[in-house]
Amino acid sequence: MPISVLMPALSPTMEEGTLAKWLVKEGDSVASGDVIAEIETDKATMEVEAVDEGTIGKILVSEGTEGVAINTPVAVILEEGEDAAALDGFDAGGGAAPKAAPEAAAKTVAAPAPAPAAAPPPTAAPAPTAPQATPKGDRVFASPLARRMAADKGVDLAAVTGSGPHGRIVKADVEAAKPGAAQDAKAAPSAPPAKKDAPAGGLVGTLPDPRLYYPEGTYEEVALGGMRKAIAKRLTQSTQEIPHYYLTIDCELDALLRVRKELNAKGEADGIKVSVNDFIIRAAALALMKEPDCNVSYAGDALLKHAHADIGVAVALDGGLITPIVKAADTKGLAQISAEVKDLAARAKDRKLKPAEYEGGSFSVSNLGMFGIKHFTAVINPPQAAIMAVGAGEQRPVVKDGALGTATMMTVTLSCDHRAIDGALGARLLQVFKTLIEDPLTMLL
Amino acid sequence: MATSYDLAVVGSGPGGYVAAIRASQLGMKTAVIERSELGGICLNWGCIPTKALLRTSEIYAILHDLDAYGLSAKDIAFDIGKVVQRSRAVAGQLSKGVTFLMKKNKIDVVKGTAKLAGQGKLTVEQDGKTQDIAAKHIVLATGARARALPGIEPDGDTIWTYREAMVPKAMPKRLLVIGSGAIGIEFASFYATMGTDVTVVEVLDRILPVEDADVSAFALKAFKKQGMTVLTSAKVTQVAVTKGTAQVTIEAGGTSRTETFDKVILAVGITGNVENIGLEEAGVTVDRGHVQVDGYGRTGVEGVYAIGDLTGPPWLAHKASHEGIICVEKIAGLKTVHPLNTSNIPGCTYCRPQVASVGMTEAAAKDAGHKVRTGTFPFQGNGKAIALGEPEGFIKTVFDAKTGELLGAHMIGPEVTELIQGYAVARQLETTEAEVIETVFPHPTLSEAMHESVLDAYGRVIHT
Repeated sequence: MPISVLMPALSPTMEEGTLAKWLVKEGDSVASGDVIAEIETDKATMEVEAVDEGTIGKILVSEGTEGVAINTPVAVILEEGEDAAALDGFDAGGGAAPKAAPEAAAKTVAAPAPAPAAAPPPTAAPAPTAPQATPKGDRVFASPLARRMAADKGVDLAAVTGSGPHGRIVKADVEAAKPGAAQDAKAAPSAPPAKKDAPAGGLVGTLPDPRLYYPEGTYEEVALGGMRKAIAKRLTQSTQEIPHYYLTIDCELDALLRVRKELNAKGEADGIKVSVNDFIIRAAALALMKEPDCNVSYAGDALLKHAHADIGVAVALDGGLITPIVKAADTKGLAQISAEVKDLAARAKDRKLKPAEYEGGSFSVSNLGMFGIKHFTAVINPPQAAIMAVGAGEQRPVVKDGALGTATMMTVTLSCDHRAIDGALGARLLQVFKTLIEDPLTMLL
Repeated sequence: MATSYDLAVVGSGPGGYVAAIRASQLGMKTAVIERSELGGICLNWGCIPTKALLRTSEIYAILHDLDAYGLSAKDIAFDIGKVVQRSRAVAGQLSKGVTFLMKKNKIDVVKGTAKLAGQGKLTVEQDGKTQDIAAKHIVLATGARARALPGIEPDGDTIWTYREAMVPKAMPKRLLVIGSGAIGIEFASFYATMGTDVTVVEVLDRILPVEDADVSAFALKAFKKQGMTVLTSAKVTQVAVTKGTAQVTIEAGGTSRTETFDKVILAVGITGNVENIGLEEAGVTVDRGHVQVDGYGRTGVEGVYAIGDLTGPPWLAHKASHEGIICVEKIAGLKTVHPLNTSNIPGCTYCRPQVASVGMTEAAAKDAGHKVRTGTFPFQGNGKAIALGEPEGFIKTVFDAKTGELLGAHMIGPEVTELIQGYAVARQLETTEAEVIETVFPHPTLSEAMHESVLDAYGRVIHT
C-alpha cells in the first residue's frame, strides 16, 4: 500500500510553507531518516526526513511551490514490491492542490494591492472567500418591506437598530433612519476593504456618518470630487497597509542658500530661477542613487529596485493635492529640474496632467516650508516606499563645537515603508541627503 | 377566595378573560369579576351565537339549491325554536369553556357588579351583598351595548337590539334593519335567508361603510338579488309601535313614506358601558361613550386600565383580546410589548356572501398619499369556488406602487372570513408583493384567489 508523505508542521503555529527543494527524485530509494526535501517557512528552512522505507513513487508538489498547507500530500512512497501501477487510483488524501488556509487570507485586512500570484486560490476568487472573511453570521434581520425601503432610500441596514420582534428591522425603523446616516453606529461586520468604494450609506469606513452629529442647517454639504475621493481612498489604504516609520534630521542651509543665490544671479539672463526645493529634489535623487535599496517599491513578493530616481513633487491645488513626477531626476541638472517642476505645477493647477505624469514614481518630496511649517510627517504615496517631508528653513540657535551660534536650519522627515526599507537604511539615506544639502557642491559629482 | 390581587379584571368577555389568563401566565394573582355569564357578550350574545345562527341559514340556503348538486329532498323546513336552541347551546358550551379556563389558570371568578372604589379598590355587589376587592391593577373590560336612536328606543318586543334578534320566538314576516354595519347586515342576511322580507336602511351612501367601495357595491347587488330591499342615504325618522307592529317613517331620496314592519332591529352602533362603574369619581376620562386610553390601555389614573369595546372602535373581540394582552404585559414590565397596530386588525362579516378585510381601502390609501396598485381576482376564475358552486365574489388587494407594501386586502365571497388571516399575517410580517407572489398556495383552494389577486396587481394574473 503506497504511503503518502504529508507536508509537516515544523512548528505549532505553522499553517503553510514552501516546498523549497527536493533532495530525491521519482524512482530513488529512501530509507527511514533520509532527508528527502527542504521546507521553507517565514521563520527558517527545515529538512524533511522520510519516515518509511521505500521508493519515491511520485512527487506531487514540485520544487519551489509556495503556500503548501500542512498535511498536504507532497509525495508518495511505494513500499517494497509495489510498482507504479500501485499508484493508479491511489488517493493520496489530504487536500490535493496546495491551498492557502482561507482563514489566513481573511485575517489580513485585505489582499495586498499588487496581488501576489504565489498561491492561486486566495487571490483568484475574492468572492468565494468573502463569506469566510465576514465573521460569524452577520445576517441582518429585516422585514421584506424594510429591506426594500432601505435599498430605495440608501439606508444601510447594518447601521439601523430594529424595533421589531427579536430586534428585527421593520418599516418604521427604516422610515426613521436618515439616508446615508447611522441611527446606531454598529461596527461594519467585515473589514473596510469589503466596502472599498463609496461608503455604504450610514457609515464612513467603519465610523458613523458625521451627519449624525450635526443638526441640519448648521453645515453645507459639498459633494466629493474625483481627486478628493482618490486622495481619501489611497491615503487611507496607505496608512492602513503600509507600516510607516519616521526619521527626522536637521540640515544646515546656509551654504546652499549662498550657492543658490550665485546660481540664480548667473542664470538670470537665461531666465533660470532655482528654488531651494529644486536643490532638495536633486539631492534626494542623488542620495537615492547612492543608497539604491531605498529607491524601491514593495511588491508583496519582491522588491522592485528602480533604475532611476523618479521624484514626485507634491503640489497643492484648489481642493486637492497631486504629486507630479520628475522622471529620472538623478540625470537632470538643477535648471532642468526647476523648469520641469514649474511646468508640472502649472499644468497640475490647470488639471492638465496626464496619468503617466503623476502615477508611479519611486520617491516623493513634500514641502510645506513656505507656510512656516517646521516639521511634519507625510503619508507614503503607493507604490513608493518613502516620502520626504520638508519644513521651513529658519534661523535657529545651534551649537557648534560647544559654542552657541546661529544657522539657517531646515528639518526634514523621511517616512519609510518598513516592509521595504529598514531603519538603518533609511537613516543612511538621510545622512547622504544631509551631506549633499549642507555641501551643495557635492551635487556636482 | 382571597380579596387582594395583583390584577383584577372587570368583565369576562374576550378582552377580560384573555387579559386574566395572560396575567396568570405572567405570574400575577388575578381575579375576574363578571355580573352575567362568563365570556361576555361575544360568547353569549354576540359573535358566537350569531355564527351558529348563520350556520343554520347557510345550510338552509344550500337546501334550497339541492338540485344543482344532484340532490333532492322533500319537506324542507326549519324549527326556529331548535335553531335558536342550538345557538344557545353553542354559547353555553363556550361559556363553560371559559369557566374551565379560569380554573385551569387559577383565576378567581367573582360574580357581581363591580365599581371602582378608590385607588386599588373595587366593590362588588351581588344579591344585595357587597364585598371589597383590593387589586394593585384594575383592568376595566365592561364592553359595550347597542346604541339607540333619538326617539327610537328598543322595547324588547317590537323594536329589537341584537339581543332580541338572536333569540326570536317566531320569524317575523317583515323585518326592518336600521344600520348596515356588520351586525345589521348579519341579521339581515340571516333573516332574509330564512324567508323573512328584509329591508335595510342605511344613512350613509353605501352599505358596509367601513369596507372598500367595491366590496360594498358587490354586496349591495348580491343582497338585492337575494330579495332584500336595501335603502342607502335613507333615514328612519319615526317608529310608532301599535298592536305589536311598527309603523316606520323612512326618508329617502327626498321623499318620506311610512311602512309597516313586524320587527325592527336597531343596529346603529355601539356605546361603551361606562355607567355606574365609578369612572367619574376615579377621574377616568370618558369621551362620547368610551373610556380614553393610551396604546397600553392606561387611563391616566394610577392603577386603572381599560380595554376592548369599552375604549372604542373597532368593536371587535380580537382587538379586545390583544389589547388585554398588551395591557397586562405592559403592567408586567415585558420589554417587547408595544401598542397594537390597529391597521392590522382584520374585520369579518358573516353574511352571505361573506365579507372580510384588513388594512386600508383603496380610497383610504389614496387619501393617505399613497400611489397605489390594485389587483382584483373574481372567484369566477377559481376552480374550487366553481366546484363548490359558490363562484360569486372577488379578492381585491391594494399595494403601495413605490414600495410594494401590502396596504390592504378586501374580499367578498365564499369562506373569505377564513382566508383573511393570510393577508393579516403577511401584513404583520411586512411583506411586499414579491413574497406573496413566491408563496405557493395549494390547489385547488379558494386561497389561490389570494395569490391571483396579488399577481393581478402586478399585471401577472394567470387565471383571468
